[in-house]
Amino acid sequence: MNVRKNKLASLAALGFAAGIALTACGGSAEEGTSGASDAGGAAAGGSGYAELSGNLAGAGASSMGNAQTAWTETFKGLVQAEGGDITVTYDPTGSGTGREQFLSGQVKFAGTDAALDEEELAASAEVCSGEQAFDLPVYISPIAVVFNLEGVDSLNLSPEVIAGIFAEEITTWNDPAIAELNPDADLPDTAVVPVHRSDDSGTTENFTQYLSDNAPDAWTHGPIETWPIDGGQSGDGTSGLISAVESGNGTIGYADASQAGNLGTASVQVGEEFVDYSAEAAAKAVDVSPREEGRAENDIVMELDRTTTEAGTYPIVLISYLALCGAYEDEATGNAVKSYASFMISEQGQQVAAENAGSAPISDELRTEAQTAIDGITVG
Amino acid sequence: MSTPTAVQNETSMRRSHDERRLPWYHLVFTGLAGLVVAIAGLAILDAFSIAAAIVVGFLLHLLFGWSYSLLREGPRWATERLMTLLVIGAFAVAMFPLTSLLWEVASRGMTRVLAAKPDPFAFWTSDMSGIIGGADAGGVFHAAVGTLLITLWASIISIPIGLFTAIFLVEYADQGWKKTLGTGVTFLVDVMTGIPSIVAGLFGLSLFITLMPDDSVRMGIMGAVALSLLMIPTVVRNSEEMLRLVPMDLREAAYALGVPKWLTIVKVVLRTAIAGLSTGITLAIARVIGETAPLLLTVGMVTSVNWNMFDGRMATLPTFINQQYRAGSANCMSDTVTNPISQEVYACSIATNIDRAWAAAFTLIVIVMVLNIIARLISHYFSPKLSR
Amino acid sequence: MSTADIESESPAPPPASMSTSGRRLGDSVFSYLSIGSGLLIFLTLAAVAVFLSTESLPAIIASQEFAGTADFSLIEYTLPLVFGTVLASAIALLIAIPISIGIALFISHFAPRRLSSTLGYLIDLLAAVPSVVYGLWGGIWLVPKLEPLYGLLNTYLGWIPLFAGEPTAPMRNLASASVVLAVMVLPIITAVSREVFLQTPRLQEEAALALGATRWETIRTVVLPFGRSGIVAASMLGLGRALGETMAVLMILAPGATFSLHILEVGRHNSIAANIASKSAEASGVDMSLLIFTGLVLFVLTFLINAIARWIVARSGPKS
Repeated sequence: MNVRKNKLASLAALGFAAGIALTACGGSAEEGTSGASDAGGAAAGGSGYAELSGNLAGAGASSMGNAQTAWTETFKGLVQAEGGDITVTYDPTGSGTGREQFLSGQVKFAGTDAALDEEELAASAEVCSGEQAFDLPVYISPIAVVFNLEGVDSLNLSPEVIAGIFAEEITTWNDPAIAELNPDADLPDTAVVPVHRSDDSGTTENFTQYLSDNAPDAWTHGPIETWPIDGGQSGDGTSGLISAVESGNGTIGYADASQAGNLGTASVQVGEEFVDYSAEAAAKAVDVSPREEGRAENDIVMELDRTTTEAGTYPIVLISYLALCGAYEDEATGNAVKSYASFMISEQGQQVAAENAGSAPISDELRTEAQTAIDGITVG
Repeated sequence: MSTPTAVQNETSMRRSHDERRLPWYHLVFTGLAGLVVAIAGLAILDAFSIAAAIVVGFLLHLLFGWSYSLLREGPRWATERLMTLLVIGAFAVAMFPLTSLLWEVASRGMTRVLAAKPDPFAFWTSDMSGIIGGADAGGVFHAAVGTLLITLWASIISIPIGLFTAIFLVEYADQGWKKTLGTGVTFLVDVMTGIPSIVAGLFGLSLFITLMPDDSVRMGIMGAVALSLLMIPTVVRNSEEMLRLVPMDLREAAYALGVPKWLTIVKVVLRTAIAGLSTGITLAIARVIGETAPLLLTVGMVTSVNWNMFDGRMATLPTFINQQYRAGSANCMSDTVTNPISQEVYACSIATNIDRAWAAAFTLIVIVMVLNIIARLISHYFSPKLSR
Repeated sequence: MSTADIESESPAPPPASMSTSGRRLGDSVFSYLSIGSGLLIFLTLAAVAVFLSTESLPAIIASQEFAGTADFSLIEYTLPLVFGTVLASAIALLIAIPISIGIALFISHFAPRRLSSTLGYLIDLLAAVPSVVYGLWGGIWLVPKLEPLYGLLNTYLGWIPLFAGEPTAPMRNLASASVVLAVMVLPIITAVSREVFLQTPRLQEEAALALGATRWETIRTVVLPFGRSGIVAASMLGLGRALGETMAVLMILAPGATFSLHILEVGRHNSIAANIASKSAEASGVDMSLLIFTGLVLFVLTFLINAIARWIVARSGPKS
């Protein structure tokens, strides 16, 4: 995650914010959800769907690509059910390109694996009618450590061992360090083939952040986006990485958990126990983490605590943010963005993403904060 | 059959007789011998596999066939045999990956197209609106329309420019400043063939962003322009080569009859070269119809049909394939998925994205096949009935 | 340009004609259109070149070689990519050119006439398979099939630097990428060469046969010399595709940045186009400029290779 701190003093008067959020949220939830038959109690943004029309374009992180497909289509369905007609598109071009397009006004919202930094926030005022942009966590996904080893279906791994494997210090599967953690497994002397992402990605950044937070001695390269070790197996994008892991023996990699498919996944040591990835455990890891300090009140960025020892948390987590403008000049665009963003963070929206993209729903507390931030967008 | 072939100074009539002195089945014998030796050899080395036997067998056949022919027919015919075998071998070697590729795409893609719900070929008539998660439904109608429209416009831009440039290079760039310009254009076309597709996309994007007031502009025509950048050099290169092959005599004959230059070009040069030109243009279309990177940047992606080249995003088959492949395996929390727009209920399948990617690839190949047939028909009906 | 002397005389209008003005008009329109197209290409290319240069300027200025404000060196970043690109394309062409000429000859001179148009059609079709599909096919189907072959090459021909090193499965190495590139350029080279071979003057071929040449001798003495420039042009087209190919390389090659000749080793090479595609999504600012700079380098590289090819054609004398 981003470590550069905003100079702005934090105004996090949480109780105050939550109070406003609750009223705002309650108000919108009661208004006209009648049309959306299957909406199942949309938490927010039920109102005003009928007036939405035109196109709304977003771009950014490919990690939330599947979730965005589910969101755009479900949102379209909800709007059409109320008589509106809007097409929301999302180009999964990658976080960097997404942020760049957002900051040059090419898209009206962006998805990004790393929150906007100070410089970008400052630059955003130009395309956001004078107001700064802000980030909202909308997509939480566990990163699974996947492996393909004949005869072994599950493994327990500690952060040090994972770091040792990816730093190419541990080179065979029957290494004492692995055997110690897996007394029951029948480990062959196959060579360990670590597979990394060949493209620059937020997944790599979050994964290496986890390694350097938990095992700084074994992983000396720090949190990075581009793989620091020359050579070695790699794959382009999540699908490329998965296909590389699948086609070798003794391969191990890291990928968005929803893509793990039939591959074995490792349980990761947290405190004294080993935790397998799950949406709940990932959500819990986010819940126990504080917000990043030094950001504006509406700029919700989490400072993930990856060294947590709390039971039942899965600390290798990717949070993707939604970057929105603080103000939209065009009324139609502004309303569309507000409705769509509200839908994404709503209970229904998060549920849709969980079902179709395997993400972890955000907590109610986070939702209220995010809704406040969305309601604060000025339009027109 | 057993006449020695000491061919030195016989007449051509006799010689073509000699060619048949060793009938074709001698080749089969040497081939079988090669195969048997290969199998035996591999079995002894304990490395037997069908693929290895065929490869080693073919190499041995080259040796056996050549030596046998050398003994029975002399060195010239031995070389002839060897080269024939090599040419057939090259063809076989190439057919192997090519058929496997076509087979892979056809079998995987066709399954999905035929098994589409609710009825076969629904994959070609439906789009992706409301298809989320692992829904085992959806189709490529919107993407096929996008691909056809964008390729059509790219062709409308590129073929005239490319063809006229080739005509300029072959027919006009002969002296003075035109010759200098011709050298420059040849040089630039060479450079153009090296534009990486992604750079063409970046260029198309920034061109339109500079021209248009709206930075968020994405439309079909942008993709067509970006593709033209890749298509023009291919058209020029191919056409130039084909135009140069038109015999000078034909042009001279036309000029001698008083036919003006432009009519000579249209009625004589272009018509003579039409078969080559249509192959060249088909290749150029083929080059761009499967391009992904430029379209990703310039036309974006939508889930339903957009017929308007000048407004709004468009889906295309290559970007669709890319998108579906990158989406990877789908997530199935329950057995069914409900379409949020039409409220239809579909079965959930983990492999649905990859299936759709293959089926879309198959669709693209079918489209190209049809275009190819059209090009062949055009060249068949328009080319002059000459020697062959 | 052997046509010069003839054409310079040709526009002289035959005075007796009824529609002289029409002819003149047609001629000048046609001539303007042709020249206009040439100029348009000139302008487009200039625009692309300007675009590439201005976009890559920030990277050049900030690089270690100049201002040194950025932490990358243009040369250190670009050279391994150039090396990988050239190596992959060169191997691909080494594989593809002989095979393509073989196929083209097979279709034009060896196969039964009725079969040849069908075969030509099949080859044309393959030129249209999108590179994403070549990538899918190469990564999933071909790479595992090549593994035993690489094992053999490495064990028995390991003394050749190309096949040395320690290959590890899965074989996502430069050799696999080159093989797939070769398959991709095969149809292009074949289609153009075939068309050129078919254009060989029938009389010359028949003359050779009548003089008692065997089929191969006819090809060697008549068809190949006639088609030489066509083969070079075809190879250059293929090379253009191989150099700029993005998706297939991206999906097959596990990249690295070294000058290793060991094409069987994984994670040693990368190509410029694949590198741009894989890095551009997360790049912004000066990093994006750096990527565009590598695009500019590819541009120049293609030109150099093409220029060399033109020079070879020109030097090898006028064709028949």
